[in-house]
Amino acid sequence: MLTYTIRRLVLSIPTLLFISIVIFLLLQLAPGDPMAQVPLTVPPEVKQQMREALGLGAPIHVQYWKWLVQFFWIEPQVFVDWLTRDSFFFGWLPDTNLYTGQLRVISWQTRSPVMDIVVQRLPQTLWVVGMSYIVGILIALPIGIYSAYRQYSLFDQAGTFVSMIGFSIPPFFSGVLVIVIFSVNLGWFPSIYDTTHVVTDWASFKVQLNQMILPVMVLALQTTAQISRFMRASMLDNLNQDYVRTARAKGLKESVVVLVHVLRNSMIPIITVIALGIPSIFGGAIITETLFKVNGIGQLLLTALFANDLPMVMTLTFIFAVLIVLFNLIADVLYGILDPRIRYD
Amino acid sequence: MTDQNVNAAAAEVELYGALKDKEPPKEPRSQWRDVWDQFRKHKGALIGGGFLLFITLAVLIGPLIWTVDAKQLDIRNKDMRPLYTLLWDSTARTSWEKPLGSDNLGRDILATLIAGGRASMAVGWTAMILALSIGTAIGVCAGYFRRLDGPLMRLTDLFLSLPILPLLLVAVTLFRQPLRANFGPETGMFILIVGVIGITSWMQTARIVRGEILALKEREFILAARSIGTTPFKIIRRHLLPNVVSPIMVSATLGLATAIITESALSFLGVGFPSDFPTWGKLLSDAVPRMEEFPERVMLPGILISLTVLSVNYLGDGLRDALDPRIRGR
Repeated sequence: MLTYTIRRLVLSIPTLLFISIVIFLLLQLAPGDPMAQVPLTVPPEVKQQMREALGLGAPIHVQYWKWLVQFFWIEPQVFVDWLTRDSFFFGWLPDTNLYTGQLRVISWQTRSPVMDIVVQRLPQTLWVVGMSYIVGILIALPIGIYSAYRQYSLFDQAGTFVSMIGFSIPPFFSGVLVIVIFSVNLGWFPSIYDTTHVVTDWASFKVQLNQMILPVMVLALQTTAQISRFMRASMLDNLNQDYVRTARAKGLKESVVVLVHVLRNSMIPIITVIALGIPSIFGGAIITETLFKVNGIGQLLLTALFANDLPMVMTLTFIFAVLIVLFNLIADVLYGILDPRIRYD
Repeated sequence: MTDQNVNAAAAEVELYGALKDKEPPKEPRSQWRDVWDQFRKHKGALIGGGFLLFITLAVLIGPLIWTVDAKQLDIRNKDMRPLYTLLWDSTARTSWEKPLGSDNLGRDILATLIAGGRASMAVGWTAMILALSIGTAIGVCAGYFRRLDGPLMRLTDLFLSLPILPLLLVAVTLFRQPLRANFGPETGMFILIVGVIGITSWMQTARIVRGEILALKEREFILAARSIGTTPFKIIRRHLLPNVVSPIMVSATLGLATAIITESALSFLGVGFPSDFPTWGKLLSDAVPRMEEFPERVMLPGILISLTVLSVNYLGDGLRDALDPRIRGR
């Protein structure tokens, strides 16, 4: 298992390099000009100097190499410094002082390091999208278990229908729908997520809860639809196995048979499915974030795109790719650990 | 002479009689008849297929029946409500000329919905066909030619680990200008959106087709075909492709659904077609700012998208059951 993990980790390096080249070339081929917003009164030679100051004068491979060095060498240094200086867990370690003021990946919009902005935006995304993922899983698991246990019952049919709807209604419509119903007509919840809100006491916590309900609901519907389907299929696979009959025959209670024997075995594929979905927590909620005005990562990517902020777009897309590759690996390794029948080597 | 023959025939009947059936054999049934019989049992799939057919026909021949131009401005009759609002609000501004109302520039909503559906379905079908062709080609090549298997599957894995929605956004935003300049605003955008959706959604089809081909390749009929000297291309066309039609059809339905949703999502985020070219997603996103006063402008395109996708999903569900010979006949 360890050799397999190491082999996969090593193999993921060329994969990630290739993905970064693809993204970089895609952005380089783009005809957009970052100087388009500069007033026309600025003379061309000054514009040229500004362009070179942004690092646009160098050949493509030099630009790519610089980005690579900044992302993989300088940014980790900054991160380690932050860990040993300000973080809660490692703050007691001596300050490493690795970072000595080299150029980091700079956003063209704000002229500040891209990673600083990402770190600012990450909590909002994690709160809203991560919470909705957890809520979705918590709803989906019981639905999947029960509809498999009572296959073709009324509950199962209803569950199938609801998850079909969850698959079919795109988030930009379900989001608008819940805004019209709960925010406009009923006036229960706000339609705009206020990210500056700070939770200090019970009342402000209730406000925070209120504003989180709508986006979480929209995102959780999709998670629920997917995971409950997988859970049902996986439970059905296991319910007809011989070991279930044995468990019943030796007189175990039905609840023990289903919730211990069958559930534990059917959770194996579900856990990998859940792991595979985690990257979408970080990047997939672009539409929902736009709709509810959550200024998270997805919204950051969208504004960066419209503002032609290539370093920001490059870095964000690459972070998403890293997460996808990483969680694919984690899912495969988890599957091997949880299911002793799987042997990779 | 004849007597002898008759006797011989009688003896033959006597000899093999035990092997013959007493009653005449059943009428031979074609495979597609079995498929259709199984498909008919799935009510959801039947309704879904019917609705998809209805929508496709409606957007195709709708403009011939409802001949109002979708781009015709009619400022005097702007902000009309649909006729059904009369049911609860008799003072609403409605008109039989505009059964589903008109938007803030007086364009007829029924006509824009038909035109938008036309664009959405065209994008969905073309992108799906493109993705299917790429996926099938790569899957067949990877499954049949052992030397291509490794590289092609690595390529598929690479594409699977690309962040799709961000890349779609990047590609559409960045390549909008040159394509528009070359092919005109609408055709350019159509090519771009169909292209990027097709290029980023063939991976599942390729994986499924490769798996099927790998299993089929080892069967005897392929060996027989090869032993009489059939060329690889002919084996693929004549023996392999007809046998992988059913998984391809199932992934076609999924592909159509995702293509329609992706196009609408792009339009919703404001990177889709130009603003005077309606698609369902565009209509929905244009109506969001005023959805409190005119909820129907959000609801109608949204419901149409959702119903189309829902019916396509049900159709795929039914097709999967009908095309699987292990489930069929139960």
